[in-house]
Amino acid sequence: MNFAQATFYVLAAIAVVSALLVITRRNPVHSAISLIVTLLAVALLYLQLQAEFLAAVQIILYIGGIMVLFLFVIMLVNLDVALRQEQFNRQWGIAGVAAFLLAGELAAVIYLGRGTAALPQAPPGALQPNTELIGTSLYQTYMLPFEIASLLLLVAMVGAVLMARRKVS
Amino acid sequence: MTLLIETLQPWLLPLVRILVVFAGLSLIVAYLVYAERKILAHLQVRLGPMRVGPHGLLQPIADGLKLLLKEDIIPAGADKWVFWLAPAISVLAAFTAFSLIPFAPNFYITDVNVGLLFLIGISSLGIFGIILGGWASNSHYPLLGALRSTAQLVSYEVALGFSLVSALLLSGTLSMKGIVEAQAQQGVWFAFVQPVAFFILFVAAIAETNRNPFDLPEAESELVAGFHTEYSGFRFSLYFLAEYAAMVLVSSVAVTLFLGGWLRFFPSVRWLDFLDYTPVAVFLAAAAWCFRAVLRLPGTREWRWQRLLLLGLGAGAAALAAALLIPARFLPDIGVGQAPFPVLATIQGVFWFLVKVFGFLFAFIWFRGTFPRYRFDQLMNLGWRFMIPVAIANVIFCALALALSRQLGWHLPAALWLGTAATLLVAVLLRQEEG
Repeated sequence: MNFAQATFYVLAAIAVVSALLVITRRNPVHSAISLIVTLLAVALLYLQLQAEFLAAVQIILYIGGIMVLFLFVIMLVNLDVALRQEQFNRQWGIAGVAAFLLAGELAAVIYLGRGTAALPQAPPGALQPNTELIGTSLYQTYMLPFEIASLLLLVAMVGAVLMARRKVS
Repeated sequence: MTLLIETLQPWLLPLVRILVVFAGLSLIVAYLVYAERKILAHLQVRLGPMRVGPHGLLQPIADGLKLLLKEDIIPAGADKWVFWLAPAISVLAAFTAFSLIPFAPNFYITDVNVGLLFLIGISSLGIFGIILGGWASNSHYPLLGALRSTAQLVSYEVALGFSLVSALLLSGTLSMKGIVEAQAQQGVWFAFVQPVAFFILFVAAIAETNRNPFDLPEAESELVAGFHTEYSGFRFSLYFLAEYAAMVLVSSVAVTLFLGGWLRFFPSVRWLDFLDYTPVAVFLAAAAWCFRAVLRLPGTREWRWQRLLLLGLGAGAAALAAALLIPARFLPDIGVGQAPFPVLATIQGVFWFLVKVFGFLFAFIWFRGTFPRYRFDQLMNLGWRFMIPVAIANVIFCALALALSRQLGWHLPAALWLGTAATLLVAVLLRQEEG
């Protein structure tokens, strides 16, 4: 196992463990901190794959933007009530079946596609210069889907503002 | 032993640089606190710290020792782990971000091709120190302070981001070193073709560092001390350190993006080359001032230590000035080119960079002594209704100007100034609508 592989396994382990902590912690603030750790580990994985732009944007958007708003909202919620509420529904049976099915499905897919699933190795330096490549593919190759997605986001944003606005009679 | 050195070789130079930057930054931050107290005092016709060392020069060390030795109090209902973690996050984010700042053409810790994005990302982690610290204290004032702080930082981050975009449009690269090189190549600092973006960056930077007149998160008349009310001793000093390091950081970013980073004033004008010797002149002037102060002190025994300290300082400054003027032939080749005084050439970039950064820091302190604090709704109105629309308009007009100059061959600075005029028009219209 070389250095790159070791880094990958360490980062992946951190991501998985902290993701588990997100759903098992009772205190929502602790869950949010675990989620931040998960997102950071994923950003570092991007960095290891030489996708610097993606890693930086992951940190700025998800950690610097969304998680800050998460924490903001959590603080406005009455935590004492949340702490006394039931954390898990008593539906172990259905949950277990669903989890088992999903695991089986994944295992089957990996087993069936084991011959063809090997990803092609990118030649060194193929992703350079990173930012320019992403810009070209977003604004030239996939211009239309990108614009449609941004229009959808705009509509969602305007809708959210409209719903949050106080009714002025 | 040689094997150890050989395996460490690629790590050694970066490690030395990291240590130098970290030590230098800690020193600057410590003395920034002293400078703030001194400058504020003089603005209010007081003397400021005078007791510890000559003119209170050793005050930061005394303060640091005092904070280290204080009792570390954790409130009874506090969330211990988060309470412990929060100040560390603040400091870590503020100091790590400096690894991406180019202090001189050959002195920086790292230069990555998405440098600016990483810098924004890392410094945006610092906000968690504030919000988690305020929450973990389990107390009303810190929680309210943290909420205010978060709202403020999130609002002004948008305007800050847009003002950075205009500098990026001009430089065409995200690498911090590349941005300075683009300014050297185009022969103009971006502040002079993008004044609106520079102004917005400056205001947003003050808001981002929670400085007066935007220091609502720690408005003492309303919130005691904001998010760090419950912190004491060493943890409090960590927050303190992080706040001042963040001030140096935003100043460094502004200098790198808009004021030409390590570049001297008019770097392409040959007859101004004598400016290269400014570092030497500054050290000599400092030495002269110290010696003069020694002569003016009373000659009694109780002033003996003050005299000795001042003499030492003066001698140190004079020695540094002399060291800068060691001619090239007495030095081993350190790869700085054909400069007659290689040490001076290496130090120059850092010197001009720091001069500009200190200018910014002085302005920060000056504003604190001058402006009254904003009300919270005024702050939010200014951010969302004025700064952000103006910043967006500026980006649009800047992109238009660039397109005009590239497609139709317009003179670039003229086109950019036209764009600036259009932005100012938008700003005036916005103000009128509000009033």
